[in-house]
Amino acid sequence: MSHFASPLETAVLFSLGPVPITRPVVTTWGIMAVLTAGSWLVTRRLSLHPSRLQAALEMVVEVITAQIRETMETDPAPYRPLIGTLFVFLLFANWSSLVPGVEPPTSALETDAALALIVFCATLWFGVRALGLRGYLKTFAHPFLLMAPLNLIELFTRSFSLMVRLFGNVMSGVFMIGVVLSLAGLFVPIPLMALEMLTGAVQAYIFGALAMVFIGGALSESSGQKEEISR
Amino acid sequence: MNWIQIASIFGAAFAIAIGSIAPALAEGRAVAAALDAIARQPEAANTISRTLFVGLAMIETMAIYCLVIALLLLFANPFA
Repeated sequence: MSHFASPLETAVLFSLGPVPITRPVVTTWGIMAVLTAGSWLVTRRLSLHPSRLQAALEMVVEVITAQIRETMETDPAPYRPLIGTLFVFLLFANWSSLVPGVEPPTSALETDAALALIVFCATLWFGVRALGLRGYLKTFAHPFLLMAPLNLIELFTRSFSLMVRLFGNVMSGVFMIGVVLSLAGLFVPIPLMALEMLTGAVQAYIFGALAMVFIGGALSESSGQKEEISR
Repeated sequence: MNWIQIASIFGAAFAIAIGSIAPALAEGRAVAAALDAIARQPEAANTISRTLFVGLAMIETMAIYCLVIALLLLFANPFA
């Protein structure tokens, strides 16, 4: 047991003043820099006759837009930046283990907690924006007042399970590859790493889809409420 | 190695072993039902598979909870 570092702890690389900077944070900064620089480079010269790269990126954006439209059944424009960024970041974060020496930041509980907190706040924000504070609070008493504690608990537990799901999936993959690598040599972990790439993509998709479902739920609850009020 | 450590290892092993049976059965049923639905109505395959993925993630969370409990027992045991 002592051969493996605990997956629940993160290694501190250095500290900026009183703030300790851990390894996942540095990896996250790296991914952010790569994504920002890549997007800037590709969108610097947009043209109506797109280059190959621009066409590929446009296709990605269109697929994300179509997914949001199908799942949330509203105009996807207000939600595309958040959900698209979550999906692309998670995809790169989960696949970053392909770079030698890099551990995916999502295999640390703190990164997942931060992402789940973003989704939690976004759900509240979009719900309140759609129907106002009073109207959003009223949706907790839906279908009747006795359900309010359960609805409130669900709001927190689903964010918690969002965090634990991502953490468990990515971390268990990293851990499993580490164990196999310490047992057997050079090429044995490669199929596992391929499986891990699939898991990473699926988890990125699921995280985005669940964010869509949560936000869409806050919106559609409010629209259902609206119908009742107008009736 | 004291009793608490031994009990923790057994607890972790049983948590994973038992805790993965039910989600495995549930995922099997969910996939079977989804395949059945797609076979009956192939044009709805997109919607069905999207719902299937989200549902599978929900089911899988149960097994992940067990994994987290096992990890807590092994690496962050408050009593050991």
